[in-house]
Amino acid sequence: MLKKRIIPCLDMKGGRVVKGVCFESLTDAGDPVETAALYDRMGADELCFLDIGASVENRGTLFEIVEQTASRVFLPLTVGGGIRTTDEIRKALNAGADKVSLNSAALSRPELLTEGAIRFGSQCIVLAVDVKREGESWRVYSHGGTRPTDRDALEWIVEGARRGAGEILLTSMDRDGTKTGYDTDLLRAVSRAVDVPLIASGGAGSLDDFRLAFESGADAALAASLFHFGTVDLRDLRRFLFGQGLAVRPPMDTFSPGDDRG
Amino acid sequence: MPASPRTCVIDYDMGNIHSVSKALEASGHRVRVVASPEEMAAESPTHLVLPGVGAFGEGKIRLEQKGWIPVLERWLKENRPFLGICLGMQLLFERSQEFGTHQGLGFFSGEIVPFDPSRGKVPQIGWNEVVRKGTHPLWTALPERPDFYFVHSYRVRTSDTGLVLGETDYQGLYPSMVGRGRVAAVQFHPEKSQSAGLKLLENFGGL
Repeated sequence: MLKKRIIPCLDMKGGRVVKGVCFESLTDAGDPVETAALYDRMGADELCFLDIGASVENRGTLFEIVEQTASRVFLPLTVGGGIRTTDEIRKALNAGADKVSLNSAALSRPELLTEGAIRFGSQCIVLAVDVKREGESWRVYSHGGTRPTDRDALEWIVEGARRGAGEILLTSMDRDGTKTGYDTDLLRAVSRAVDVPLIASGGAGSLDDFRLAFESGADAALAASLFHFGTVDLRDLRRFLFGQGLAVRPPMDTFSPGDDRG
Repeated sequence: MPASPRTCVIDYDMGNIHSVSKALEASGHRVRVVASPEEMAAESPTHLVLPGVGAFGEGKIRLEQKGWIPVLERWLKENRPFLGICLGMQLLFERSQEFGTHQGLGFFSGEIVPFDPSRGKVPQIGWNEVVRKGTHPLWTALPERPDFYFVHSYRVRTSDTGLVLGETDYQGLYPSMVGRGRVAAVQFHPEKSQSAGLKLLENFGGL
């Protein structure tokens, strides 16, 4: 049976992890490669790098970081933030990324989803969507959630999947940073609307929030600061979900964060 | 200690080979990426890896164009250590139904058929169990049903059950690890499967 996935997300700016990562065992809390290696040892199912300071000058730095990470850490990597062309998708994949996440670029030119899917396969094209609730529906925002668009979330996600996106990374801006749990209404609505895998993002604050997300149709759940600040320990989370009978990979062998294996 | 395997990874423009090479290195292989049979001959490898992500027909054409087919056929026939990964597994079989019917290398009997989108999400993306079938050195020191990372829309169907080293359940059981002698292949990505994946690549080095 296919397992539900837990995905720590590293938000980066200028080649450094932002939002702070608090682990005593990390000598350099802003180093994305070191952070990725630690999450790998703690049992992440996948990792996501999002370049939130996305500027053209930083592209090369991001790809170098991906390449260094893929040389040390052997798990799936998704890379996003400012990727606008199939050539940039190719560079990210060649650097060792398994998937790229497209957001504003797909909104301004939806054909990019199709071009990427035809050239590299839809399995590596992730459509990232930032949404805010308005009554009974959700509105899509672009440019890191700063600009409202005229698109309805469900319509855009259905269109994105039809155009070639192989996975949806869905962030609830209402919940992001609140630690009040994922928006389960949103997850249920989207998982009913499309057949591609769905990654829940925004709002995780406790172990049980992950269970609720998975039971609401999410195939994977992503979180950033929750893991960075140690509010939830990945190993505890895996043990909890496994104990609840959810289809997750079994808990890893005991590992102490001071251990430098791998 | 036996000398480390000298392993060539075939680059035929079907997907990124960076991760495969790095994972092999981390598993004790000395790795060279080769883009032509001539480059491979110059390395006189002990082990050969055919990775690949993408469409079956396209992969077969690229192997043909670069002159790989006779080289691969001889290597497989001589039962030399070989590992096919993902598309590199599927190409070992007789034919595929991906975008029309395409002929594969036909080294193993069986065909490549699509998952059914009406029976669940396609592609299969994520971690799934591989349940051990039979005995093979590739399984050394691995659990009975380890999780590996999968990304694919097509799968193997074969009546040659002796070939099947591992099975995975997605829309029913299908062969996710096959092999005979020193020729083996996996549908999943060992290079993305953390410690279980590295162990399997290390075991391959011992073939």
